[in-house]
Amino acid sequence: MKSSSSLLATAVAEPSSASTERHAASGWQLLGSSARAALLVLLIAGVAYPLLTTGLAQVLFPHAANGSLIERDGQAVGSALIGQQFASDTYFHGRPSATMGADPAQPGASMAVPYNAGASGASNQGATHQGLAEVVAQRVAQYRAMNGLAEQVAVPVDAVTASASGLDPHISPANAQLQAARVAKARGLSLDQVQQLVQQHTQPRTLFLLGEPRVQVLQLNLALDAAAPTAAARKE
Amino acid sequence: MWLPWIEFAVVLLVMALLVIPMGQWLARCFTSEHHTWLERWTYGALGVNPQERMTWQRYGSSLLLSNAMMMLLGYLVLRLQGGLPLNPLDIAAQSPDLAFNTAASFITNTNWQAYAGESSLSNATQMAAITFLMFAGATTGVAAAAGFVRGLARSSSQDLGNYWVDYVRVLWRVLLPLSLVVALFYVWQGIPQTLQADTVVSTLEGSRQQLMVGPVASLESIKHLGTNGGGFFSMNAAHPFENPTPLTNVVHILSMLLIPSALTYAFGAMLLRRRQGWVLFGACLVMFVGFLSLVFVAEQRGSDLLARAGADQQWSPLQSGGNMEGKELRFGIADTALFVTTTTAATTGSVNAMHDSLTPLGSITPLAQMMLNSVFGGDGVGLINLIQYAILTVFLAGMMIGRTPEFLGKKIEVREIKLVMLSVLAHPAIMLGFTALAVLWPDTAASLNNRGPHGFSEILYAYASATANNGSAFAGLNANTPFFNTTIGLAMIAGRFLTLLPLLAVAGSLAAKATVPAGPGTFPTATPLFMGLLVFVVLVVGGLTFLPALALGPVIEHLQMLLGQLYA
Repeated sequence: MKSSSSLLATAVAEPSSASTERHAASGWQLLGSSARAALLVLLIAGVAYPLLTTGLAQVLFPHAANGSLIERDGQAVGSALIGQQFASDTYFHGRPSATMGADPAQPGASMAVPYNAGASGASNQGATHQGLAEVVAQRVAQYRAMNGLAEQVAVPVDAVTASASGLDPHISPANAQLQAARVAKARGLSLDQVQQLVQQHTQPRTLFLLGEPRVQVLQLNLALDAAAPTAAARKE
Repeated sequence: MWLPWIEFAVVLLVMALLVIPMGQWLARCFTSEHHTWLERWTYGALGVNPQERMTWQRYGSSLLLSNAMMMLLGYLVLRLQGGLPLNPLDIAAQSPDLAFNTAASFITNTNWQAYAGESSLSNATQMAAITFLMFAGATTGVAAAAGFVRGLARSSSQDLGNYWVDYVRVLWRVLLPLSLVVALFYVWQGIPQTLQADTVVSTLEGSRQQLMVGPVASLESIKHLGTNGGGFFSMNAAHPFENPTPLTNVVHILSMLLIPSALTYAFGAMLLRRRQGWVLFGACLVMFVGFLSLVFVAEQRGSDLLARAGADQQWSPLQSGGNMEGKELRFGIADTALFVTTTTAATTGSVNAMHDSLTPLGSITPLAQMMLNSVFGGDGVGLINLIQYAILTVFLAGMMIGRTPEFLGKKIEVREIKLVMLSVLAHPAIMLGFTALAVLWPDTAASLNNRGPHGFSEILYAYASATANNGSAFAGLNANTPFFNTTIGLAMIAGRFLTLLPLLAVAGSLAAKATVPAGPGTFPTATPLFMGLLVFVVLVVGGLTFLPALALGPVIEHLQMLLGQLYA
């Protein structure tokens, strides 16, 4: 250890013996080298490296490399990593999403399109924003009404705040617990059965330390559809 | 509730353990006499002589000129985007001022993005402009650190090494191999890596969802290893395709800190002053932990606005609680706080939560770290900034006890202090000067997303981020206007080169001096006392300069939040 570090120090402290080549290269040569450096780095780092990585990724991890798509009946219904909008009372609802999209009625204008995966977005509103105060109060009232909670009961914060990407696929276990009764009633399942499904789709912390316990909403809803299809689905 | 603190301790411990092998590897890159055949081929392709010894002027001009060429090439690719292949969604070219801003942003390692990645860039430009410039800028920073450290180590010499050798070595031996390995790990965890632009699915409730994909993993790895920060997607590392699991989150964090922390060790190894390296590392760690605690406690306490509206922010085994507006559930409060602290310490600028939605006290952490710019700092420039403060500390200590200041065996004289002060003052002058201009500019109000003190914070944050070459934003600010694009672009360039070049000159100046042997009067700089003094100087100099601006923004906003004051 000592010998290698003293070797390092001598290498640094004494300029190399070839240092007498006090190079008088012209500014043009420097410019030429700079231009070539730009092109070379573009080709190596901007073309070869991403293409190589893509090739290896498609061979080694094709499912993940192409977006972790989930299929049902041969059709892609979503990605395991990206959330979806759920509004029906037969499904568990995800977190609010602040993504926007093009307004079909007015070209050039945009409107709220939750879980728009073509344009991730968030509210970016802070702790003194009036709009945020109003919309959160609205969401709290809606959540209480939808899930049969009494007035003044505090609602889990993830259920009434928009996520950072607008595509958050998870909700907290607390949120899922409070929705379980509604979903059980709408599907004709017992509360126990629904809670069991929730448990099955709850991921704990990674390595006991990282992240948060979370419920994957899309996969939970797919399991619900499989266990107790709604009347509309059975008709199809 | 002690779990997050254990998590922080474990992550920081892993970071500290990685410092030693990475630091040794970097030191070897900077000092080895042996060129691989690949590197020799590269020198030939560039038309440079690896044996050439450079003065600081030559080193600096090679750096500047190569960066200028790379910026120009990136600009051209962005402007020609419409005509390039791999553009199935037919995305048009960026406007000239936006392309200028983007190219300037990426070459200065800032990665400020006044555009939304998934809708305004094709996969070709994500590779050939963005990934390219990420490597270009990051490699420059690390190479500059090599030249700088060599200048400190030499005595009575003009020789700072060879910029091209440093550059090529960092590219081939450090950034490219690490990026490839980390990228494949990311793909395994779920980050897409394909040349397709999108996949359309039909959701359970019957609507159409267009999933944007592309060569994300290859960009993601160099984004964090090179402390770049620019996201493939608009919402950056909050987007599940850029950061799908808590494990990718922690690897992002470790990647960001890897090279900046390892450089403190490499510095110590190259100068044979290992304790000095650890003292620098320790100073950064102390400040980091302080800022981490601030943002974590503030976010966990939550936002009074949410509490008043009826949200339950209490921590429980079933929910993380805290201020979850603009945060992802898989990260909760703890992992977000750690990411926020890391990204603004290591001047990366990627985000896994919306900083614009942080609580006022929580937002002080990212702002203050960017203002100080020396809590580990970005690849290369972090170490350089820290040494700048160390020289300032030695100078102040010397003034107080009436001795000529000495650092690393070299006398610190008038020329060095003038250059250090130029760099120390350029930073706040640019940041605060542009903020003042923007606040006076007539059209600015239309760009704000939040009114009142938070609106001021949005502007302050933009210029702090640009000058510190961070690149994160209070994303509510609409910065894609000619005024902001131009001024932020200028702030990025000035912030990068008006600090890098004077300090390279300092290194050149110190290299030319003779080493003074340590005597009884020498102020020891490898001790805990010096570490404490260094932290003190950084905080006081930073505090005196920036406290008024922080008072006008986050502090007032916090008081208003407590009172329930709202702004439309």
